[in-house]
Amino acid sequence: MADFLQTLLNAVTIGSLLALVALGYTMVYGILKLINFAHSDVVVLGAWTSVTLAVVLLPRLGVGLEAGSIPPVWAGVLVLVLAMMICGGVGFLIERLAYKPIRKAPRLNALITAIGVSLLLQNVGQLQYTIIDNQSLETSGLMQERGTDARTIRLAQAIELEEGTQYAIRLYRIADIVRATEAIGHPEAEAWKRYVTERSALPSLGTLSDTRLRLSPRTIVPEVSGRFEAGSDIGIAQPIGRSETRDAVFELYAISPHPPLKLPFGAMPQRIPELLPQKTLVQHDFTTEIAQADGSVVRIEKPLRITLLDIVIVGTAVILMLLLELLVYRTKVGRAMRALSYNMETAQLMGIPVNRIVSLTFVIGAMLAAAAGFLYALKYTQIQQPAHTTWVLLGLKAFVAAVVGGIGNLRGAVVGGFLIAFIEQFGAYLGQQAGWQNSSAYTDVFAFVLLIIVLLVRPAGLFGSAVREKV
Amino acid sequence: MLLSVHDLDVHYGAIQALSGVSLEVEAGQIVTLIGGNGAGKTTTLRAISGMIRPTRGRVMFDGREITSTPAHALVSRGLCHVPEGRGIFANLSVSENLDLGAYCRHDRLGIAEDRERALELFPRLRERLKQNAGTLSGGEQQMLAIGRALLSRPRLLLLDEPSLGLAPQLVQLIFTIIREINGTGTTVLLVEQNAHMALAVAHRAYVLQTGRVVKSGPARQLLEDPDVKKAYLGG
Ligand SMILES: Nc1ncnc2c1ncn2[C@@H]1O[C@H](COP(=O)(O)OP(=O)(O)O)[C@@H](O)[C@H]1O
Ligand SMILES: [Mg+2]
Repeated sequence: MADFLQTLLNAVTIGSLLALVALGYTMVYGILKLINFAHSDVVVLGAWTSVTLAVVLLPRLGVGLEAGSIPPVWAGVLVLVLAMMICGGVGFLIERLAYKPIRKAPRLNALITAIGVSLLLQNVGQLQYTIIDNQSLETSGLMQERGTDARTIRLAQAIELEEGTQYAIRLYRIADIVRATEAIGHPEAEAWKRYVTERSALPSLGTLSDTRLRLSPRTIVPEVSGRFEAGSDIGIAQPIGRSETRDAVFELYAISPHPPLKLPFGAMPQRIPELLPQKTLVQHDFTTEIAQADGSVVRIEKPLRITLLDIVIVGTAVILMLLLELLVYRTKVGRAMRALSYNMETAQLMGIPVNRIVSLTFVIGAMLAAAAGFLYALKYTQIQQPAHTTWVLLGLKAFVAAVVGGIGNLRGAVVGGFLIAFIEQFGAYLGQQAGWQNSSAYTDVFAFVLLIIVLLVRPAGLFGSAVREKV
Repeated sequence: MLLSVHDLDVHYGAIQALSGVSLEVEAGQIVTLIGGNGAGKTTTLRAISGMIRPTRGRVMFDGREITSTPAHALVSRGLCHVPEGRGIFANLSVSENLDLGAYCRHDRLGIAEDRERALELFPRLRERLKQNAGTLSGGEQQMLAIGRALLSRPRLLLLDEPSLGLAPQLVQLIFTIIREINGTGTTVLLVEQNAHMALAVAHRAYVLQTGRVVKSGPARQLLEDPDVKKAYLGG
């Protein structure tokens, strides 16, 4: 029972994600009869943008992300909204720069362009962006103790503070470093531990810039300039307490006049900071009794857990889908979109600004993709590089969902998304019940078998011909 | 002149569809453009409403040049084109189709008034407001197309073969309505293959043949013209 309900829950969560992505494919197809292959890459962009915003932006807004602390609700919402806006902008640009110039060209051209845009996004997404941080311009010195009073720091090395350049000193508690390096199994973890016990040579400070550690050092500002020898005290703006400096490492950086920007996009997997408390909202333990051959009974307790994360994923997806439904079926713009999807020329004769509506369609599709990427990042935390198979499969399945539902049909895309998720989750579940080894390895197979069956039985998809709706 | 077209050339790739077409439509009149299949009537309307760009010539509407104005921007200026084949959005309801006619307008009261007027003109639409427009008969679709156009409160209405494929009584009805619409002050440029009916309701007429205007004059006069009689009125 627990397994069954857990499978149901998984199917609903994964179905919401697939449905969100499938909507973007179907909207663009409905309007332009174009399969926007770059759509799944916008999902990836959404996930990576979310990670980037969480890592780069939130700490600068004073949101602590160190292990164990849970950011306020608005931080998660802010990341989601910004990621949606950024991806919406990218969606706009994709249409303007890539698809609009060839809108009247044969469809094969558009198809090839779509593949090109997809490859471009995948590869740009793998570049390591190091438009680095103001603070890491120069490491000019290292200080290891507080000076004679709360407003000075004693230097361990000679440094030169140039006039006219701003500097900052970051203050790390060594205890925090040790804990954080140990938590993620950082290669320098041992070295830091040894440093605490044996006061051996200080490990490389490069460790501190590793974003996975989620260290959030206190920043203090030196108030002086000029050349300082090792052992001299320099003044600082804010007083620091003795407890803060006990067992702390300081780094001194020059602050560049440019705003800080470090984008942890790239070819390596990234972890999104915890934006949600890992709360279990509902837990129910199911007991199964299994009779053994010798007549004894073994009781197995299996819990069903509904977590806050599940609710957030399904809730966000449902809210966005309802908003889309309202937009498309209850507003003037939505009416224009549906008219446009039926006949672009006549829509123009109604005074509908076709280009603007097409742009809007791309923007909305990309925003939904971004939301899916964000939720995906929350669910799976480890974000793979943009061309990774997990992304390719996610995009492919969402596309299959759109086709199964009847591409061009909004409700079809939602039904298709849930259908695929149910088939693959329950396929694996039933396989397991039937005693297959490793049945979850076949989840992808189920999705594509469904596609083949639907295409054989109803080539236009489930909602393809019954309803002539086409946005 | 509400509309004047000067010396228009239109090409589809290498094919020249119009050569030096000029015509004028005076405010308040019904002007008809007649001619055989493939003469260039549809092309002329499309060039006027901005659906295709002419290779030469100018289109002036209400004293301003609109030659390269995109189609969607002309609706709010009072030029509305009901395309050949009616251009019904079969995936929308009748009611939604009507609403789209008023896409460029923001005066709620005016829209409601015009909508009421259109429904009075075509009572059959009122019975089918909630229905999918794709389920309408050909005649009802034509009523919807015209009714929808009226919702944009056009000063100039371009109609492309409104009687095409309709039963005779319906043809009669459509022409009566065109006259009625004109009676309320809307200027009409009417493209027709049904020359009899068109010349009967129009004030002025132009005859188009293989992309050229070959004759023009008061409609009544063309109705008596031996060439026109022979070519378009069946003797
Ligand atoms: N999209 C098109 N591509 C190529 N040729 C066209 C196209 N549309 C019309 N034509 C040609 O232009 C000429 C005029 O067509 P049209 O304006 O539709 O005539 P009418 O409306 O008077 O029947 C015809 O010879 C037709 O074949
Ligand atoms: Mg025609």
